Amino acid sequence: MTSPTAPAPLRAHLAALESESPWERLVRRLRDGELGMLPIVAALVLIWVVLGVINPAFLSAENLVNLTLQSAPTGVIALGVVLVLLVGQIDLSVGSVSGLAAAVVAVTTVLLDWPVAVGILAALAVGVVVGLGYGVLATRLGLPSFVLTLAGLLVLAGVQLRVLGPRGSINLPFESWFVQVVQQGFLSQTLAWVVVVGVVVVVTVLQLVERGRRVRADLPRVSVTRLVLRTTALAAVLSVTVAYLGTARGVGYTVVLFVALVVVVDVLLRRTRWGRSVRAVGGDRRSALLAGVAVRRTMVSCFVACSTFAALGGVLAAGRLAAANQGTGGAETYLTAIAAAVIGGTSLFGGRGSAWSALVGVLVITSIANGLTLLNLDTAVRYVVTGVVLALAITVDTLVRGRREI
Amino acid sequence: MTGAPPEDPPGPVPAAAVHALRGVSKNFGGVRALVDVDLDVHDHEVLAVVGDNGAGKSTLAGVIAGAYRPDAGRLLLDGAPVVLGSPGEARTRGIAAVFQDLALCDNLDVVENLFLGHESTRGALLDEVTMERQAWELLGQLGATVPSVRQPVRTLSGGQRQVVAVARALLGSPRVVVFDEPTASLGIRQTAEVLNLVERLRERGHAVVLISHQATDLQAVADRFVVLRLGRVGGEFDARAVGYEDLLAAMTGAALPTDRKSSR
Repeated sequence: MTSPTAPAPLRAHLAALESESPWERLVRRLRDGELGMLPIVAALVLIWVVLGVINPAFLSAENLVNLTLQSAPTGVIALGVVLVLLVGQIDLSVGSVSGLAAAVVAVTTVLLDWPVAVGILAALAVGVVVGLGYGVLATRLGLPSFVLTLAGLLVLAGVQLRVLGPRGSINLPFESWFVQVVQQGFLSQTLAWVVVVGVVVVVTVLQLVERGRRVRADLPRVSVTRLVLRTTALAAVLSVTVAYLGTARGVGYTVVLFVALVVVVDVLLRRTRWGRSVRAVGGDRRSALLAGVAVRRTMVSCFVACSTFAALGGVLAAGRLAAANQGTGGAETYLTAIAAAVIGGTSLFGGRGSAWSALVGVLVITSIANGLTLLNLDTAVRYVVTGVVLALAITVDTLVRGRREI
Repeated sequence: MTGAPPEDPPGPVPAAAVHALRGVSKNFGGVRALVDVDLDVHDHEVLAVVGDNGAGKSTLAGVIAGAYRPDAGRLLLDGAPVVLGSPGEARTRGIAAVFQDLALCDNLDVVENLFLGHESTRGALLDEVTMERQAWELLGQLGATVPSVRQPVRTLSGGQRQVVAVARALLGSPRVVVFDEPTASLGIRQTAEVLNLVERLRERGHAVVLISHQATDLQAVADRFVVLRLGRVGGEFDARAVGYEDLLAAMTGAALPTDRKSSR
């Protein structure tokens, strides 16, 4: 199977891999705490089954379309939170940043009559500036990000109130293209299927190219069976989603934007030097520094990305509500976003996590909220259930970490 | 014989120092870790720096490798003064270090650790295939038995982690390689392997600096000993002529038992 040009340890490794059954691999990954997203995806499926059995309306296409639309703004914020958590920091002010960004869009476009695109850019610029401030203060002065962003939360909430002015609430005109796109923009079924086919083809080709290079370099590679299984699974998930949501309104533009951002961040994290340095800094800051990683720059970039994503989330929320008010980005927003990242499997201790945890985490939280509302249960129950799920997630995180350290 | 350079070295005469420290001092708060240290590092030579705990050995390693910036004194690279702002900068100038705690990121796998900060890329993306292949080759050269290069470093044994750290230092063929306590966490066989590796580095022309409190381990490979005591250079010895007692005396500051020495 392997040519004699491979170094001896590599040949031994390949031999060992070939004799390992799928069951042994699962056991080894379980023992090493390398299960990744598997437990939380299983939990999400379980939640859907339970909620669907209790109230079949939960699994109706129309409700699931609503669920995806509700998830997108918070999901974008959670994606930013994943990045700061990965470098071992936290940003508690994402809610305030999103609220401020929503206020900026509303004030600039409605009161100042700026073009909507310029208003959105201004809101994103606010995010960039805030993140830059956090990054510089946290790396140059060594301020702990927990307290720094807590202070930022208060300051920015104050700024948000002042920007909104005495009216406290500004409505965006329904006929503006921005509100139209966010509220009623859906991929046409044809376009959705084109996207599905395109994604499956691109992913398959990329995997085949990678596999070919690994074969030529005598490195371990995925078996053809596994590759076919993976591609089939991807195609199945995408097709079922598009087909089922298509029986109602379909896949919203904001949902496409959110998933596309998750994919981009995932590629950046796994396949670029920047992503590698993010995980290194989160894993062991001193070691990363000694290895020649630009630690400060990496941390600043994560703070900037986080605040910018938070601002984008606020912009999407404003579009969805067609309004910005004092409650936009209020107390629940940042808790939900951070909880989503952690529930999705991103560690609070840094260095471990994935962009996909924002997607899965936010789906879990929104599903619980949505399902309990359908059951006519009040906010009290929703808070308690979400809190318990978060506690379970952090327990898993800590146990996995503990097992690794001993 | 203390401090005297070897009078008539039969081996190749070391050329001018590749890397030199002149009057280097370093304080941590009120602690004077290094005081006015002079040190020369030559190609084709294994320099052993020994000293008791707290003699300033790790600080010296950090200064050579760019992790600490000295408070006073100069660093000369090929005779020209340099300022090493970071270990990364030192590395690009051909000085690599294996730190005492190995400085590995536990959450990253072997390949990721080996190339951290110096990854190969194809376009904007990482070239994992090339890096993984190089990792296997490098580990094969070092005779390492790492189960998989795609395994997180935290799952490896102490010896395997040491090999990964050494392999990382050797990437990019540095001129000077600094080992801080290379054998402290190793068993007998692994210690021998590391020392073999050090000899191979010398044969390939590298300048090697070994920093340790276990002088006996180093006597097999060292060409020259420098003893650190309380942050100062307490003596310099030719490795072929020096006895363990001389080193011990210089390390502890005890008077040299000259009569016993002469009677042998």
